[in-house]
Amino acid sequence: MFPLVPNLISEELNLIVALLIGIAFGFVLEQAGFSSSKKLAGVFYGYDFTVLRVFFTAGVTAMSGIIILGYLGWLDTDFIYINPTYLEAAILGGVIMGFGFIIGGYCPGTSIAGMAIGKIDAMFFVGGGLIGVFLYAEMYPLFEGITNASFLGNIRIFNSIGISQGLFGFLLIAMAVGAFVMTTMIEKKVDPEGPAKTFNALYHRLAGIGILAVGVALLFMPDYKERLFTEISNPEFLQTHSVKEMTADELTFRMIDRDPKIAVIDLRPAQEYSVMPLPGSTNIETKQIFQKEFSEVLGNRHKKKIFVANTETEARTAALIAQRLGYENISILCNGLPNLIHSIIELKPDAGQCTFNTAGTGNGQVKSLRIDERQIKDTERFRVKASVSLALMMKEAKNSGAKSTKLVKKIAGGC
Amino acid sequence: MKTTYMNPYLAGFLLGLVLLATIVITGRGLGASGALKSAVVATVSGIAPQHAHESKFYSENLKSLHDNPLKAWLVFEVLGVIIGGFFSGIVSDRLTFTTERGPRITNSMRLGFALIGGLLFGMGAQFARGCTSGAALSGMAVLSTGGIITMMAIFGTGYAVAYFFRRLWI
Repeated sequence: MFPLVPNLISEELNLIVALLIGIAFGFVLEQAGFSSSKKLAGVFYGYDFTVLRVFFTAGVTAMSGIIILGYLGWLDTDFIYINPTYLEAAILGGVIMGFGFIIGGYCPGTSIAGMAIGKIDAMFFVGGGLIGVFLYAEMYPLFEGITNASFLGNIRIFNSIGISQGLFGFLLIAMAVGAFVMTTMIEKKVDPEGPAKTFNALYHRLAGIGILAVGVALLFMPDYKERLFTEISNPEFLQTHSVKEMTADELTFRMIDRDPKIAVIDLRPAQEYSVMPLPGSTNIETKQIFQKEFSEVLGNRHKKKIFVANTETEARTAALIAQRLGYENISILCNGLPNLIHSIIELKPDAGQCTFNTAGTGNGQVKSLRIDERQIKDTERFRVKASVSLALMMKEAKNSGAKSTKLVKKIAGGC
Repeated sequence: MKTTYMNPYLAGFLLGLVLLATIVITGRGLGASGALKSAVVATVSGIAPQHAHESKFYSENLKSLHDNPLKAWLVFEVLGVIIGGFFSGIVSDRLTFTTERGPRITNSMRLGFALIGGLLFGMGAQFARGCTSGAALSGMAVLSTGGIITMMAIFGTGYAVAYFFRRLWI
């Protein structure tokens, strides 16, 4: 899954990528006419709507691409940088930049493109930009408060207004096409010789219809993960797709035995996990199953992965997701982790047999479909011993700081 | 000097693809003002290291520049923009030293206003954590609430005050 950078591209290569992307960016900006301040300012006076056309088209193209790749499961949208929202600063900064745009006729990206072809006003704009950053830096104590006020998180607009991503995507495209049609009419009135004069009406109508069709398609493209969760939480799906189960006794036995053929995957939240980790376990929350860095653990064919969660349903959901992602040899802990603690560590009666006992582990000791007296005795004796050793091992695991393989690499952004 | 520009919708589509590729490869969008910030931070800490050390703004940014090479990413990207823009200027025969201005102002007035505009943009981008590229365009592509608010604030303000600055342009 994309993006590539945190894991697959080295930092040096990434800087070369930056240069190449910059070249493409600069070339397109200049070709679009963004190196000309008169052309840019035209958007505010109605004689040239190039800015709106290029900007809006680029925005909806990239947005549609992200939604489509997210739907296909090629791009992990949890991993892309979402600009954080600081309400006051976003508005204040935008207002100041609005004045900067109308007074200076450029924005930073376009001024650099203008400078590249010798626009002297663009060079002054870039110089002004440097002074602006310097002034801000020198006056930072004055601005710090408002810059960091009302942090709302890395929120996304469709969540903020409470609609689906696809619906917002469609509305944005509809708005863009509406704006293109309207501004073209305005431009033709303000300046009959404006850029819209040269447009081929047929091609532009076809392109408009095409992008609206993409917008309609976005309505039916939930994010891949969201789609997977919806599909898997469907009761019918749960019935037709079983997951092998392992009893608390068997899991305990194998953990105490330090069985190299098992890998315990603990799905609990990290804080909960760090308080009480199972020996030799790996902490992967359900939503992290998609992440590349866990593919080594989850994809190890020689180990049986045992998914452990507070409830069996949680473990089953995660296991089904993992199976859908192509991981094999997965079992879940039946009756959830609290039952294991309850019956083994605290030596209380367990929650009874597993709901789907399809484990087929071949371990007679714990496969308790037909329970006779001797077996109960055996189990009891085992649990008494196990309660001590398991508690000890868990303490050890906790003290050794239970290597929570939490992802530290997070994509940093900032313009 | 030729002035035929690319069809804006085609240019927008290509720009969108560049932005999409950037996000798919690096996980983050395009930017420009971030490179200005890096340049200022690096210059000030070079000339007045003591001052930079004492200032919260410089020391925080120096640290993040040091810890996080992705900040240098934007510097390389902007170097690319210069190369790409220059190349496009060659291809379309637009390489000349000129100053563009509205018909009612002088060249030196235009340069003064460009400087003031740049100054405002440089400051505003620090508040909004990005400019038209990093906050507005990239923010729109990833549907960031803050990015879209900033975009609306930029263009909304532009339209709201355009009348008062019309002498500069028309």
